[in-house]
Amino acid sequence: MLKNELISEEQQRYATLLSWGARSGLALLAISFLAYVFGWMPAHVPLDQLPMVWSLPVHEYLKQTQTPTGWGWLTMAGYGDFASLIGIAWLSGSSLICLLAVIPIYARRRDIVFVSICSIALAVQVLAASGILRSGGH
Amino acid sequence: MLAHTARTTPQSAINWDWRLTSAMGFVLMAFAGMVYAAESAPATSVMAWWGWPLALFFTCFFLGIVAVPSGVGGGVLFVPIVGGFFPFHLDFVRGAGLLVALASALAAGPSLMRVGLADLRLALPLAVLASASSIAGAMIGLAIPANIVQIALGLTILGIVILMATAKKSEFPEVAVPDKLSTALMMHGIFHDASQGKNISWQVHRTPLGLVLFVGIGFLAGLFGMGAGWANVPVLNLLMGVPLKVSAGTSSFILTLVDSSAAWIYLNKGAVLAIIAVPSVIGMMLGAFIGARLLSVLKASIVRKMVITLLLFAGLRALLKGLGIWI
Repeated sequence: MLKNELISEEQQRYATLLSWGARSGLALLAISFLAYVFGWMPAHVPLDQLPMVWSLPVHEYLKQTQTPTGWGWLTMAGYGDFASLIGIAWLSGSSLICLLAVIPIYARRRDIVFVSICSIALAVQVLAASGILRSGGH
Repeated sequence: MLAHTARTTPQSAINWDWRLTSAMGFVLMAFAGMVYAAESAPATSVMAWWGWPLALFFTCFFLGIVAVPSGVGGGVLFVPIVGGFFPFHLDFVRGAGLLVALASALAAGPSLMRVGLADLRLALPLAVLASASSIAGAMIGLAIPANIVQIALGLTILGIVILMATAKKSEFPEVAVPDKLSTALMMHGIFHDASQGKNISWQVHRTPLGLVLFVGIGFLAGLFGMGAGWANVPVLNLLMGVPLKVSAGTSSFILTLVDSSAAWIYLNKGAVLAIIAVPSVIGMMLGAFIGARLLSVLKASIVRKMVITLLLFAGLRALLKGLGIWI
């Protein structure tokens, strides 16, 4: 195994934060899902009605269940089906903090190229997460 | 326990090997029969709401077990199999598939980075391009008719089957001279190879072509929601000359960025259903945990052949479903 000092500082920092992000996200996901399926939280779409709608295309599902798109689901986090999405969003966003955390290390070394690459990667993730990008339904 | 037995008693190891491999083959066939029978049942199935998520959990648990010894990511197995044989719409299956691939990559990525088997400097430039194109893939995938996606998915899976059956791997590719771009980006490193007991330096070549190919890989990952380890590893290893172990590790790290950007698109579009995604993620991760421990007693080549057969079946299913021949 490589000694820690042979792994760059930024890589170690990235790995540590990613590990915590993944663990906490999975824990959040499991807890919220249990609350959802065991009925500890109410469901926006009743569980016994899901088989009637999960075979529909997404735009049809959204219409029939009056489910919001974009970040609208966050306003309904009191429902178990949306509370479970918090863990999913957490997992999806765990790279954001890692990228933010390594930029200062590259900046300190005046590694402008990797400051730029990390910034672009960050911008791509933020753009994807923003909900600004919308595709048409089929 | 099994691994210990395998190391100490070779004959016992062979017996375990064949018993486990045979059992897995049986389960595979039983699984295919079960899902076919269930899927052929009328839409007004009497199965309770929890029946399908439970079946999904066990399916993903099994897929997780075979994904490790066969050397493919769980995501590539998940989308064609669940998309082909479960009643969920392909939009939701792809959303869940991305999360399965993302969760697996997040679970493995940090430890691989800590031991130098995933390299940040190598991964970041490739991941930036792939994650941007995965957004485009996800948006297009959610905008075009499902049957077109099914046909394209079927053709892609059949392509992956050919790639898996024929592609060679190079443990330590020879890179005599790194290209200018990789030199400028300092894409090189050292990793410890436990089998040789020494540190091995690596460098890369053909970086511009690699970057272009990663644009395409990211697009496919977003379009089909099935991760991209099947394509990442050959490009890193065979094209760019990265050692196989570093290719596999870095691929896993790249997926944490590529799949997360595509997953956001599916999430914002409403194409992530917790009832499908969560049992899949948990089942796949538990299965991968078991699969990693069975690695020393399973005959990887046989498991790999079974997975290729399963993918061939699922690919044909997706193609025929998309063409309206086998609904």
